[in-house]
Amino acid sequence: MEELLKILQTNACASRADIAKQLGVSVNEVEQKIAEHEKRGVIRGYQAVLNEDALNLDTVTAVIEVKVTPERGGGFNRIAERLSKFPEVRSAYLMSGTYDLLLFVEGRNLREVASFVSAKLATIEGVLSMSTHFMLKTYKRLGVLMDSSHEDERLTISP
Amino acid sequence: MKTNGSPSLRDRLALPVRDIPRSGIRDFFDIVSTMRDVISLGIGEPDFDTPWHVRESTVFAIERGATHYTSNLGYLELRQALSGYVRKKYGVTYNADHEVLVTVGVSEALDLALRAILNPGDEVLYHEPCYVSYRAVILFAHGVPLAVETRAADNFRLTRAMLEQQVTPRTKVLMLNFPNNPTGAVMSRQDLEEIAAFARERDLLVITDEIYAELTYDGAHTSIASLPGMRERTLFLHGFSKAWAMTGYRLGYACGPAEWIDAMMKIHQYTMLCASSLAQKAAIEALARPETDIATMVDEYRRRRNFLVASFAEMGLECSRPAGAFYAFPSIEKFGIPAKEFALKLLEQERVAVVPGTAFGACGEGFVRCAYATNLEQIKEAMKRLQRFIGRLG
Ligand SMILES: Cc1ncc(COP(=O)(O)O)c(C=O)c1O
Repeated sequence: MEELLKILQTNACASRADIAKQLGVSVNEVEQKIAEHEKRGVIRGYQAVLNEDALNLDTVTAVIEVKVTPERGGGFNRIAERLSKFPEVRSAYLMSGTYDLLLFVEGRNLREVASFVSAKLATIEGVLSMSTHFMLKTYKRLGVLMDSSHEDERLTISP
Repeated sequence: MKTNGSPSLRDRLALPVRDIPRSGIRDFFDIVSTMRDVISLGIGEPDFDTPWHVRESTVFAIERGATHYTSNLGYLELRQALSGYVRKKYGVTYNADHEVLVTVGVSEALDLALRAILNPGDEVLYHEPCYVSYRAVILFAHGVPLAVETRAADNFRLTRAMLEQQVTPRTKVLMLNFPNNPTGAVMSRQDLEEIAAFARERDLLVITDEIYAELTYDGAHTSIASLPGMRERTLFLHGFSKAWAMTGYRLGYACGPAEWIDAMMKIHQYTMLCASSLAQKAAIEALARPETDIATMVDEYRRRRNFLVASFAEMGLECSRPAGAFYAFPSIEKFGIPAKEFALKLLEQERVAVVPGTAFGACGEGFVRCAYATNLEQIKEAMKRLQRFIGRLG
């Protein structure tokens, strides 16, 4: 992956000037490159990585394995896109193995997720079966450990 | 305790030990460790965690009971893996049966290498500024240290001419360390060829400490051991401390001609027995996928190097471009104060720790070592403080 994207992927807030210094290029160049990536849709957005458990929210996340009937011509795409458009679906992936699509569905409470699953997802044409798992605790998200009680064990000066 | 007539204990210490001062790094550490909220650019070890698969395999090694003495040379499986790694990466072939010795860090390997080869009075050529222990280990082995000064103007590279000025008929060994601690200097293949020719003509043995070999940022590393006619006179030292961020495991190794390795093995056998079995198991795991582990760290170090060098340039600090290890060695000569004073003032006034260049040899006067084995946020803050500090110095 391009160096610039690696930096943004670990810290999207890095200032353009700092990035330029790290890459040994001009700020102008960095800005141009980023604009290009945004325009081409390589960069789809910038989000904070939250430790939601620390917020004491009551929201629930369900991970749902979905089996569907692929369509002639479109394969899985049409139904996957249709499912993805629900705002409740936070992530959606096509998978290999015993099911086809993996959805991450978020709701304000258990009831909301349950009703979304039964009233919306289950009734969509082409959905054959689903298996729903509720998420209990997050240890790591997007490469970030949620428990960061990590002390630097090193001596402050060493040879 | 002093009883009538008998000399004090200090007077009874071995002379080479009594007469050598404690490491300058140690003194500085004592000062820094009394202070709070210090950003340290003085740490000579990676800030990265040891790769998890390596740590996890150490736990497994304990569970499996790999907690006994190993062969004096080290586990054969490890020596074979090392031999394969060195061949693939540095283009030199060593026989795992009798040309590879696993040691307690490069530190032990350096000590063994010198003790195995030096008779009292034999001279060792080495270049300064250099790793803090070189002079001491030479003296402890009853050798005579001959320091050659490298200069910022040459990007701290070593040249044949510098060596010619110091060499005598009593010189037996040439010690090299590139990429270099503390300057970050590297030597190109061409640079090394000149040194190799010198060693061959003078019939010198060469000890090459290549502990930072994986950490180069502007091109691949060449080992002097791989140059024609050098393998038979060269001892290649390497270890897991830096590239794998495994300093606390204390694991290194030496590759070289069988007679030299065998002589080192004798000392090792009687004084150390073997390196830690657990560290050896971890090293076997580390060698399973070196590329992926190291590449991400190297990329990050390179970005920090760039950042640091650009920051120095912005504040008008002269610094020869470091191309390896994780050290920069900017000149502070223009402020007209000794490096130690500079470092102490910087520490007191801005809580940033750097190591005075003099810790690495007298010719390090006028320089400080800044390690970039620290995350970018810290480096950034340290640069802000440094700029403020030198603004006041004028
Ligand atoms: C040049 C050099 N050689 C050797 C060592 C010691 O390495 P080890 O941890 O393998 O004993 C260091 C550590 O800072 C070093 O910089």
